[in-house]
Parts: sequence; structure tokens; C-alpha cells
Amino acid sequence: MNFQKRLLRAEPNFRILAKLWQVNWLYVLLICALAMVGYCALYSAAGGSSRPFAGPQTIRFAIGLVMMVCVALMSPRVLTRLAWPLYGLSLVLLVAVLRMGHVGKGAERWLVIGGVQLQPSELAKIALVLVLATWFHRVSYRRMVNPLYLLPPAAMVLVPVGLVLKEPNLGTGVIIGVVGATVFFGAGMRLWQIALLLLPLPFLGKLAYSHLHDYQKARITTFLNPESDPLGAGYNIIQSKIALGSGGMWGQGYLHGTQGQLNFLPEKQTDFIFTMIAEEWGYVGGIAVIGLLMLMVVGGMLIAMRSRNQFGRLLGLGIATNFFLYCAVNLSMVMGTIPVGGVPLPLISYGGSAMLTVMFGFGLLMSAWVHRNDQFGEGEDRS
Amino acid sequence: MIGRRKTLQRLMSRPDADTPSRGVFTRRALVVLGAQMAAFGLLGHRLYGLQVLEGDHFARMAENNRVSRRLIAPPRGRVVDRFGIAVAANKVNWRALLLPEETSDIPGTLDRFSALVPIEARDRARIEREIRHKRRFIPVMLHDFLSWDDMARIELNAPSLPGVLIDVGTTRNYPFGPLLAHVVGYVAPPGEKDVAQDQTLALPGMRVGRAGIEQTQDGLLRGQVGAVEVEVNAVGRLMSELSRDEGQPGDEITLTIDSGLQQAVLGRIGDQSASAVVMDCRNGEVLAMVSNPSFDPSLFDSGVSQAQWQEWATDPRTPLINKAVAGVYPPGSTFKPAVAMAALQAGTLSPTDRIFCPGYLDVGGTRFHCWSRYGHGSLTLKEALKFSCDVFFYEVARRTGMDAIAAASHNFGLGTNLDIELPHTRPGLIPTPEWRRAHGQHWNGGDTIVSGIGQGFVQVTPLQLATYASRIASGRAVQPHLVRAVSGRLGASAEGSHWPALDMPEPFLNQLRVGMYAVVNEEHGSAPKARLDIPGVQMAGKTGSAQVRHVSRALRESGHFDSSLLPWEYRPHALFICFAPYDAPRYAAAIVVEHGNAGAAVAAPLARDIMTDTLTRDPSNRKEPPGQVVAEVEDFG
Repeated sequence: MNFQKRLLRAEPNFRILAKLWQVNWLYVLLICALAMVGYCALYSAAGGSSRPFAGPQTIRFAIGLVMMVCVALMSPRVLTRLAWPLYGLSLVLLVAVLRMGHVGKGAERWLVIGGVQLQPSELAKIALVLVLATWFHRVSYRRMVNPLYLLPPAAMVLVPVGLVLKEPNLGTGVIIGVVGATVFFGAGMRLWQIALLLLPLPFLGKLAYSHLHDYQKARITTFLNPESDPLGAGYNIIQSKIALGSGGMWGQGYLHGTQGQLNFLPEKQTDFIFTMIAEEWGYVGGIAVIGLLMLMVVGGMLIAMRSRNQFGRLLGLGIATNFFLYCAVNLSMVMGTIPVGGVPLPLISYGGSAMLTVMFGFGLLMSAWVHRNDQFGEGEDRS
Repeated sequence: MIGRRKTLQRLMSRPDADTPSRGVFTRRALVVLGAQMAAFGLLGHRLYGLQVLEGDHFARMAENNRVSRRLIAPPRGRVVDRFGIAVAANKVNWRALLLPEETSDIPGTLDRFSALVPIEARDRARIEREIRHKRRFIPVMLHDFLSWDDMARIELNAPSLPGVLIDVGTTRNYPFGPLLAHVVGYVAPPGEKDVAQDQTLALPGMRVGRAGIEQTQDGLLRGQVGAVEVEVNAVGRLMSELSRDEGQPGDEITLTIDSGLQQAVLGRIGDQSASAVVMDCRNGEVLAMVSNPSFDPSLFDSGVSQAQWQEWATDPRTPLINKAVAGVYPPGSTFKPAVAMAALQAGTLSPTDRIFCPGYLDVGGTRFHCWSRYGHGSLTLKEALKFSCDVFFYEVARRTGMDAIAAASHNFGLGTNLDIELPHTRPGLIPTPEWRRAHGQHWNGGDTIVSGIGQGFVQVTPLQLATYASRIASGRAVQPHLVRAVSGRLGASAEGSHWPALDMPEPFLNQLRVGMYAVVNEEHGSAPKARLDIPGVQMAGKTGSAQVRHVSRALRESGHFDSSLLPWEYRPHALFICFAPYDAPRYAAAIVVEHGNAGAAVAAPLARDIMTDTLTRDPSNRKEPPGQVVAEVEDFG
């Protein structure tokens, strides 16, 4: 009862239908198109069957879609209040996954709660964007000259990054760090501050390499020379390249990719789903998927720029960058451009945790669009 | 659409509207967006390089050099008897497989194949279903048990049969055939439900236990699936083997059964419809478990024909049912020691009490007859057991009540689930007034009276009877079991006796043993034919004849009643329980001859012969099987 009252006070014009009308349905259509590509790819990954991948994934997408629309209707006032509890929860889960998470492929990443597999680092990314946007919304551009105002948000970035690196999940740790840095950049961090920060970076990189786990070092070395160990760590990269190559310009045809269908391609329903698409649909299909992903990023950035409050802008920037990094890291990985690390292709790869957090992120983005004209509690000195 | 255009217009016309932070943001966001688009451009470029420019190179690698993982079915574990003689083993089986991914014309290949080696319509439907449901690189079995001629024909025509390969697999082989069919059980190819539970069962050659030890120990016998990594060329021909993981062969199960004794026992039973269980009464090892008639278990691996199945299913002698654990019979007079124990424990009978038998007992207006028309006179418990007097036990049951009798019976293992390693066992029944009420019926005093001589609703299995005899002999709550060791590791109960003592005073148990001794060895005992012909060794036992049809008083009193003249299925069952040697019990046995007429005449001599064989072979005290088979059996089918 109390909560409802507070909600209504925070949002006086609680008119759901009007807000639903405001949702950017063109963008939703784009999301659905990508999910459709995912369905077709997973159908093929199962050898031409909706079980066991495509069917369950569609159900998750449907749930995610409903969740996205619900989040889109929440006003930024509510979201700024939710930011801190959500961030706290994600930190608790990150600690929990370190203590009692399930070890998958040499790294602790999964947490099982009530039979549902959860990847806390996914949630942490979204929560971090939310909490950073909340912070910089209240701190004015002018006040940011004082580095003291940058210290708390820096801590907000470093704590989850540290916890994720300790899991150890190098790929996700770097992604979280870059997402955080981008929000800093967008919020108006001065260039001299950035320059000052970049100076000790090479030293830090050396330190980080010495703390890498053996399997992560193996990934980096085999990446440099994959043919050295064709059945070991380099196997995935070689098989992925062979599959891409055998796809050629026009592809081998849907459901007829030899490498994917013959199971040479490892983890083809998760990390290497793009390889499978590019093998069956060729360069034409691959570039079409990349084009769709680009449209998603551009749309997200435009939504961010359109917002008339700092919170919405930074939220949009963070979500769009997060989505971009997912795509870029996954695509580089399957093309053998960066070392392999378990980063799925959003909306297309099989996996419930990633799907739901990505859709939650799009819900936030959509909320920024729906409430783009809202002005509230901004620590801004209006001109 | 319109909203979007407006957005762009506003962005373009007022890049730094409202606030300084918005201006900074827009500029920086455009920088970020530019970098992101550049990254996508680079990725697209890289993809072009991999797929189009270098595509041929990688495509050739795909054709020439592919690493494939193939799963291999582990050999199923053997089942051996207590002396290591194989009772279930694997036999080489040549079979033709089809790898669907290697043929473009599946129906054509199948047609050409069946022209060489005929495929039945039913099999063809199965093959087509499997091709549709399995992954294309999992081979589908076309034909099992190929002869040399078949193989030669297939090899000669190999060019017109793409995707067909000949593979050596194993099939389950039961060297003793029907002799141990009920104990060992049989295997069959997995059904679709099994495969849904465990994908590895889809491998050709995997089998699922469907009965007996094969079913209950399936998890141990099955083993772990192995894998080979091979290099294959474009059409999937094997180029070289890179690594091989043989998997884990299934465990070898050592039974407690002595197959030689089993053979001897079956030889004694001949072709009667009967069941016999021989146990080590100190540790509960089942040394022989015979259920006759039997069936050939190896038929199930290749598929049983409809006619054969029909024949088994309709045979009144139930060859498919293991009578030792799933056949339930009224125990008849073999139940009397349990009734006596209940009375001794309840205090309604003392060893010195005498009861007078005039040949009948009247209770509530109903007259219950003794088997002896003239009565036995005044009897103690020992004499009542010796003569198997009915009136004595009518009276004892009347005094004691059914609940106490049921409790003692359950302690002896009667009417309980004995947890033996066999599927489809039946618990039998010791009726109580409560059970009767649960079925909406009233328990009459007469029900207790007839239960006193093991008639009425009382039903037990031969295994329960053997356990009962073991417990009387040893005074311990021994549990019967069939698995002696798993892959050479002995089970906990293989040696010595660790079973807890029964909740029954030793002097009372002794009363039962003395009575059962008298039955066999004393003058005028009811089973003189069970006396052993071994110097210095005595057997104690108890006969039983269980009516399967009510005999009217008029018929009985007419003096012309002779059950051996009845049609087979109406004759009483003949039962016998026993243990030996009397002074230091080691073996216990129970024999039930279906419709065998009289326990004393039919089952008792059988028990003597079986116990003689057991004592001569003495399987519990040997490491190696005795040299010669005691009873020569021509054909144990």
C-alpha cells in the first residue's frame, strides 16, 4: 500500500496507455528481428529442431519482451531510486558467486538460485550503468572539474570489475570497465583528467597479466599462434575459421553447414553461433547480421542523445555501449581477432541469463526514450 | 516515423540545447558512436577476408582435414556365478550400420540394401524413424547378426551402398540359457523413453536390462561411454585416429548363485511346475533359485516373435514369471512354526501345554477338521509339529489372535518385502483384521482359525519361505541376496554373519527346531521321506499342502476324496521348508511344487535330494567349484 502511494507520488501522470504509445515500437521491431535470426540459428544448431535450444529461447525472449515493456513504463524518478538497491544486490550476488558459484570451464561464473542459473556479472553491468547515470545526473558538469566528485563513481566501477576479474572472467571484467569508462566520458570528464588517468595504464596491464590464470594465458598465447596446438586451446579458433571459410560468399545453405552440423564447431549454440550463421548464410548473411547489430547500436545512441535529462542520456549511452561491446567482443572472438572468452552474442546466442539482462537493459533504454522530456532533480546549473 | 524525423531535426538544429552537459554529451556520444561504427566496419572487413578472400583456403581445410569425435559403447559388464563361471557374457555380433550424413539418397540405399539382405517392413519403419530423429552423424542399425554370406554380399556391393558400414558389436549371451533366466534376466535394445532419459543409449550396441539382475544392476553393468577422436575426410572416411578413450567397461557382477547347484536342483525338479530356493542360512546368500518352466533369455536381444510371446504369455505354468519371488502361495502347514512362535511369545502356549485333538474343532457353530479323521489325541507342541496336527494349531491360533501371528510372521520375513536384487517381486500377504477392514470386509473368528494352518488369505513366496527357514535355523534376521561382489569387491554380507539376532528367545526357536527335527527324523513323523542318507547329518523340515480349492465336508467325509484325481490346476500345492545340518545349520531351502498334491509325498523327497546335493557340493565352504556335476542333466529347457 505504502509502496503504491510512493510510486504514485513519484509519478503523478500514471497513464499507462499514453506511455505505451510513447514506446519506440520501431526499435522493438528491430529487437524482434534479431531474436528471429537467433531462433533460426538455434533451430539449425539443434540439427533442424526447435528442441532443445530454439523453443526454450523463444519463451525466454517473450518473457524478456514483457519485462522490457514493464521497465520502459517506469519513470526515471523510480529508476534512480531503484539504482542503489539493484547495485547492492548485484555486488552481493558477485560475492556469492565467488563463494559458492558453479565452476564452468575453469571459472566460477554461475549461481543457481531456485533452479535458475544466474550470471551475476551480467546484472552487475546494467546495475553499474544505472548507478553511474544516477550519480552524474546529480553532479553538475561544472562540478566535475573537481576530481573528488569522480572518486565515488570510480569506486563504483572498480569494485564489480575487481570481483568479476577474481571469478576469473577476463572478458566480462574488461567489458564492465569499458562501459564504466564510456559513461565517465559521456558525463563530461575533462580531457586532462583522462590523460592523467591513462599514464599509469601500461604498468597496470603488466600487473594484470601476472595475475592471469593459466588457462587465460594459454588463450592469449594460442591466439598468437593457434596452429601450435590444433586439438587443444587453439581448436576452437581453427574450427571457427574453417567454418567461416567454408561458408564463402553465399553460404552452404540453411541447415547444411558441414562444420556446424557435423559438430566440428564447438559451443555452436552459445559463443560460436555467429560462425554457424556465417557458414550457412555466407558472407552475405554474416554482414546482414552485423548490419542489424549496427542499427541497434545507432538507434540506442540516438535515443540517448534525444533525452533532455542527463540520467536518460547516460543510461542510453551505457546500455548501447554495453550492447556494442558484447557484439564486438563476440564477433572478434569467433573471427580469431581477440582471445576466446565466454561472451555470447546478445539476443542470438542460447542462454537465459544473458537474454534476460539484455532485455532488461533495453527496457531501461526504452524508459529513457519514453521519459525523454522529463526534467527532475538534475544537479545542473541551467543557462 | 514522424517522431524520429523530429528527433533528428532537433538534434541537428540545436546540438547543444538546454544545458552545457547536453552539448558535451552529444559531441562525445557522436565520437563514441563513430568509434563503434568503425569497429563494426573493421569486423565486416575481417569477415570479408576470412570468408571470401581466404575462404578457399579454409574451405579446403574443411574438406581435407576434419576432426570428429565419435562415441563408443562400453562393453557391458559380465555376470558370473560365485565361482566365476560366466552366466551372462558378450558375444561378437556383425551388423550393418547406416551413417545418414554420408548418403544423399537414403530410400535408394535402403532399397538396394534390402535387395541383398532382406529387411522386414517393421524394421524398415524403425530405421526410417531413427534416421529422422537421430543426429545425422549417429549411425543407425540396419541389420543385426549378419552371416558371413550377408557380409560378403554387402562388401561386394559397397560402391552402390554409400554410408553403409559393417561394424563389429557385441550381443548379450547367456551360456546357461533358461537355467538362470529368472535370476539373471535379459537385456533388450533401449526404447525411445530410455533414450530420452540418457542420450548415450542411442549408440548402437547399447542395451538396457529388462529383468532380473540385468535390470536391477543396470547402472553398474552399463559402464561409461568412451570416445575416439578421428580425422575424417570430406565424405567422412576415417583418415587417422588421434586419441581414444575406451570408456569404462561395465562392472562385473558376481552372484551368490552356484550354477552347478542350480543345475542339480533343476535336474531334481525335472519338468514339474515348481520353484526352489537354497540359501546359506547364516549370511543370506542365495545359492540356487529355480523357477520352472523357464525361457531362453537370449531371444530378447534380437527381438521375440509374436508367436513365441503369445505362447509364453498364455502358458498356465507361467514361464515368464519368476515363481521364487513373484509366485504367491498359501504356505499350508509350513506356516505352523510361525504360529507356534507367535503363541509362545504371546504366552498363550507353553512348551509343556497339551491340547487334545479329537479330529475336529467346533468354533462358533462351524466345524474345522483335522487332516486325520480320527484325531491325534493329546499333543504337546513338538508332537503337534511332528504330526502336523491341524486342530492343535486351530486352537493355538484361536488363543493367540491374528495380530500376534502376523507380527511373528513378519519377523520371520513372511509377507514382507525382502529387498532382494530382483525386479517385480511380490510381498505376499499375512492377513490381519485391519487389512480386512481396509477392504471393507469383516474379519471372522474362522479366518484366524484357518490362518493357523496357513490357509485362507495367507500368501507367501518361496523366497520368503527359504528366508523363514534360514531365520528359524540361525536365529538371525538374515536377508536373502544375490549379489556377492561387484568387480571383485565383496559385498558387506559375503562373509560371516553380521545379521542382528531375531527378536525371539532362543529356547522358543529351539522348540521349533526340535519339532522340525521330529518331522523328518522321528518314528511316525510326517515326512520320513525327507531323511538324509548321509551318515551323521540330519535335516529338519516341515511339510505343507496348500489347498487351492475349497473341499466340502461331505466330499471329505465320504472317504472317496483323492486330490490326485482332480484336474491339475485344482490339486493342492506341495511345499517343504528345511535346513541342515540340524546340529550346526548352514543351508536352508524351500520347495514349492505347483499342484504337486502333498508336501510329504512330493516335496519332501525333492527337498532331501536337493539338500543332499547342496551338502555334497557345500558351495559356501569352497573356493573352487566341485569337479563333477552332481546330477547329470540332459537338457535343462
